[in-house]
Amino acid sequence: MRFLISLLLLIALALPAGAQERVAYPAVEPGRVFAFPADHGAHSDFRTEWWYVTGWLKAPDGRDLGFQVTFFRSRPETDEANPSRFAPGQILFAHAGLSDPETGRLLHGERAARAGFGLAEASTMDADVVLQDWTFKRRPDGTFETRVETPDFAFDFAFAPTQGEFLQGENGYSRKGPKPEEASHYYSLPHLQVSGTLTRGGEAQPVTGEAWLDREWSSSYLAPDAAGWDWTGLNLDDGGALMAFRIRGKNGGTLWAGGSLRRPDGEIVRFAHEDVSLEPVRTWRSPDTNAEYPVEQLLTVRLPEGERRFPIVPLFDAQELDGRSGGLPVYWEGAVRTEGGRGYLELTGYVDPLEM
Amino acid sequence: MSALPAVPPPSRAGLVSARLALRWLIAGEWRAHPARFLLTAVAIAVGVALGFAVHLVNGSALASFEGAVRSVNGAADLQVRAASSLGFDEALYPDVARAAGVSDASPVVVLDARADGAEFTLLGLDVIRAARVSPSLVGLNSSGPDRSRDSIFSAETLFLSRAALAATGRAVGDTLEVSANGRTVPLRIAGILDGVGEGQAIGTMDIAAAQWRFDRLGRLDRIDLALADRRAAENALTPLLPPGATLSSEDSEATRGANLSRAYRINLTMLALVALLTGGFLVFSAQSLSVARRLRAFALVRTLGLPRRGIVAAVALEGLLIGVVGGVVGLLAGWSLATLALRWFGGDLGAGYFSGAATKVVVSPLAALGFFGLGLLSALLGSVLPARAASRAAPAAALKTSGDMADPRKPVPWKPAAALLALGTLASFLPALNGVPVFGYAGMALLLAGGVAGVPWLARRLLGPLASARIRRPAALLAVRHVHGAPGEAATALCGIVASTALMIAMATMVTSFRVAVDDWLAQVLVADVYVRAEGAGGIDPEAQASLAAVPGIARVEFSRQLPLSLAPDRPPVTLLARPIDPAREGGLLVLVEGPAEVPAGTTPVWISEPAARLYDWSPGTEIALPLGENARFAVAGVWRDYARQSGAVMLDEADYARITGDATRDEAAVTLAPGADAGAVSAALLAAAPPGSTVARPAELRAFALDLFDRSFSVTYVLEAVAILVGLAGVAATMSAQTVARVREFGMLRHLGLEKRTITAMLGLEGAILGGVGGVAGVALGAVLAQVLIHVINPQSFNWTMDTRWPIGTILAVVAALVMAAALTAMVAARRATAPQAVAAVREDW
Repeated sequence: MRFLISLLLLIALALPAGAQERVAYPAVEPGRVFAFPADHGAHSDFRTEWWYVTGWLKAPDGRDLGFQVTFFRSRPETDEANPSRFAPGQILFAHAGLSDPETGRLLHGERAARAGFGLAEASTMDADVVLQDWTFKRRPDGTFETRVETPDFAFDFAFAPTQGEFLQGENGYSRKGPKPEEASHYYSLPHLQVSGTLTRGGEAQPVTGEAWLDREWSSSYLAPDAAGWDWTGLNLDDGGALMAFRIRGKNGGTLWAGGSLRRPDGEIVRFAHEDVSLEPVRTWRSPDTNAEYPVEQLLTVRLPEGERRFPIVPLFDAQELDGRSGGLPVYWEGAVRTEGGRGYLELTGYVDPLEM
Repeated sequence: MSALPAVPPPSRAGLVSARLALRWLIAGEWRAHPARFLLTAVAIAVGVALGFAVHLVNGSALASFEGAVRSVNGAADLQVRAASSLGFDEALYPDVARAAGVSDASPVVVLDARADGAEFTLLGLDVIRAARVSPSLVGLNSSGPDRSRDSIFSAETLFLSRAALAATGRAVGDTLEVSANGRTVPLRIAGILDGVGEGQAIGTMDIAAAQWRFDRLGRLDRIDLALADRRAAENALTPLLPPGATLSSEDSEATRGANLSRAYRINLTMLALVALLTGGFLVFSAQSLSVARRLRAFALVRTLGLPRRGIVAAVALEGLLIGVVGGVVGLLAGWSLATLALRWFGGDLGAGYFSGAATKVVVSPLAALGFFGLGLLSALLGSVLPARAASRAAPAAALKTSGDMADPRKPVPWKPAAALLALGTLASFLPALNGVPVFGYAGMALLLAGGVAGVPWLARRLLGPLASARIRRPAALLAVRHVHGAPGEAATALCGIVASTALMIAMATMVTSFRVAVDDWLAQVLVADVYVRAEGAGGIDPEAQASLAAVPGIARVEFSRQLPLSLAPDRPPVTLLARPIDPAREGGLLVLVEGPAEVPAGTTPVWISEPAARLYDWSPGTEIALPLGENARFAVAGVWRDYARQSGAVMLDEADYARITGDATRDEAAVTLAPGADAGAVSAALLAAAPPGSTVARPAELRAFALDLFDRSFSVTYVLEAVAILVGLAGVAATMSAQTVARVREFGMLRHLGLEKRTITAMLGLEGAILGGVGGVAGVALGAVLAQVLIHVINPQSFNWTMDTRWPIGTILAVVAALVMAAALTAMVAARRATAPQAVAAVREDW
């Protein structure tokens, strides 16, 4: 008995010292009415948020390339009473990747900074994120623009919306786990028209293409026993847009799944947990991290008219992004093709389980 | 003598047999006097060992200092650094981060922290920036939106280097009470800084938490930079920086460390070289005697056909052997000595330049080769010079006579000695070269050489009256006549004595003068009755100042502030002193050596220390730039004497300081007691009223502490000096005994003439005493001259302070007495051996 008590005491003492600095994060709740352009901007109270653009490019020589650019905002658990201007209340991260089959591997770069001093800021009024020399913002005419620079490439793109905001889940309330608070506020802008310049090796080329913007914010994205997720966003050739994901448990099984299809006429079909399945067809093992990614998958969704299958095939295998040296996680983010569409596949939590 | 037949040209067979004879001669000499050869080798070994050890210790200390600089900087390309511990405004950070050529900028708060008895440098970092600029300082990097790494942004998280963790005796996961800047904060050890160099005590925490918890809000101490284009960055940054910040690279910091102790290190190296030089003299005197003794043998082999060069070569070979043995032994001994010295004294040999740096011996093969070469060179020169002199002797004359070749009736040349002395004096008056008193040292070397060269002349002068005096006692008469009549022999014996005595007297005089000067200065400076210091406690804030001032029994209390202030990135910082200044009042720190001067209107008067004036070439009445305040102008109102801060100090009135910096914290209080107050009781009350961690001291304790520090910083100087003396005394002993043994036949003859053994022993003892006395007198005279060079040239040029000469009469008398005694005693001991019956028999046989 004495042993048990001392053991309990030990456990109590071993609790993280940060326990007393709990930050009150707002929960994600259904029924929220989206208001733009403010919802294009940051939701600083929430724990995590991202502006996530993935897309396909057509180079002047006719080759297909994939690209992604993501800005993350994070509000870590810190003591909010700290009056220092360096107080890490908001942290911004950004990733940019370029998938060129000729290179055979993903080229990428990143930026990170705590918000402050005008060096890193995310506006709450509209999409306007500055992270050192990288930017993502929305122009008054509604076009988004981004500028990134990495040692291997740089791009300066404009994304012109061709369709309205696509609210995911129940009007933008997207569940990620069995508990109702394990959810995010989530909308997408598919079929963005891309124009701009891509610079490689000091040579700037005009490019065009089609992209997908994902906007999510949450305070409790993953259930405690979740390891990561498989996600795909596909711009269909008929003008439709398909998003599907599954949250993987630490035991390897599917903890939660969801997604939706917006048909060309604007009608949205929402998938319940059991309406979506993502099944690995072929895996690829990363030589760098030794993680095994199901880079080729079969997506099956249940539509009112019946089941529909989307075989997902990567542009090439080695599209892993190891951002650890830049203070970011490792994941696979790759351009994929499907029958009647193109998009991106995202595979997270394959090296280490994520906590979000 | 002149009608000697010419030496026939050597035939081939004759040459071979001559060589054989020579080899036999040398081998016989070595067999007969192994101790003498060993002693000369030891003398060389001691010189090489000292030189090499001092070099190793210096090199290792600098390497460890550079290692510490690298560790704390985390290999940033360039840094913006605060000129003083007041830091600079954090608003500079975004401007610096955006400057052209800068690829990334990492803001840093630097704190001197203590926890559980361990001291370490605590750096407040933005881990995301540091990961890009100085990755070795990052314990755990962020992982994007993944919340598992939130702890790195926590205000409680601390990362420690292995050395710091070991010093605290804690483990990862423990919570540690960390004190810095007067605050104590519990921090949790979250991990180890693996990238930090071995032995470096460093901790890191979040920059925001460091600013908040340790009262540094709004201030930064450093911005580490990663550069895309160095030139562009330097051009862009220079105009951006406020007066309180400077641009600094690792190189300039290493230079600063090297500059800090350079003069001291050069001084030590010079002392070590003196030991080597004395060793060379010892070889010289031993070899000249050995050569003199073998003149007949050499003459014999020359008549057998060995050319003149052959003799020189043979003796040089002996010197080479001595040099090689001495050099190898010296290198090994030097390495062991350096290891021991580093363990006992630390990298700065107790001088306090690099405190806290754990040091390992760093061996450089080039330096080893250099010192080995120097040892070899002195052994070779010491052998070749007498051999050349001997080889010039006509073989026939040498065959007949033995002993001194010089004619006692011929006047001794004095011109070379006078020329050397004059040159040395001239060199001493030249200014320092690049902050190093090169000409001062050269002057000392020339004076030394001149002094030694003048010894035969001086000996003749001193002994002249004695020789012509009517002396009754045969022992004394014989002794005086012998020394007077054989000036060459006397000179060789005296060389080592004079050189080592002169150097010793010079050092002793300098150290004594310095110590007395420091002691007098302390008495002038420490005028208050009680001093309260709160350096480690984070300072005395206005509240604490009020409570200290309210302690009963106090007549007056003056608060002062001391800060290191960087004026140039590659120079050690000067000390900024802020205290109430009343130029009219006597005492305190303001013992003016120059001034007071009127300062230009619109400037704040500052009083600078003597080293500051010399280092920065400032003079009273002129305006100077100080990295303090935004638009403040300063002018020198006076120069004060200071022996405490070698890198210079600048003093300004406390009110001016507060107005310019806004800093209200003070770190020292000088308390004058009210008449009749009990010092003990007031001290206790002051300690109670002072911030925790403060110390209270009386002038007597401070004085004792300062003098102890002084002695410790000179401890190695004392050791080196003692070794030089010992080598010198060993030289005297070796010379005396060798001379005595060489004169065995003379003693045999004296015995036959009816002199008693006792008389011969007395004669030799007296001879030794005369030589010791002459050497002592010459050495003291030369030492006095060298001391003047040390005090008025080397010291001001190396350390930038001046002093008056004080003669260490006791030490001088003791040294001369020791010399006379050592010379007389060794001569007598040798005489007993030389006058033994079998020696007499041997002589008869030979005669």
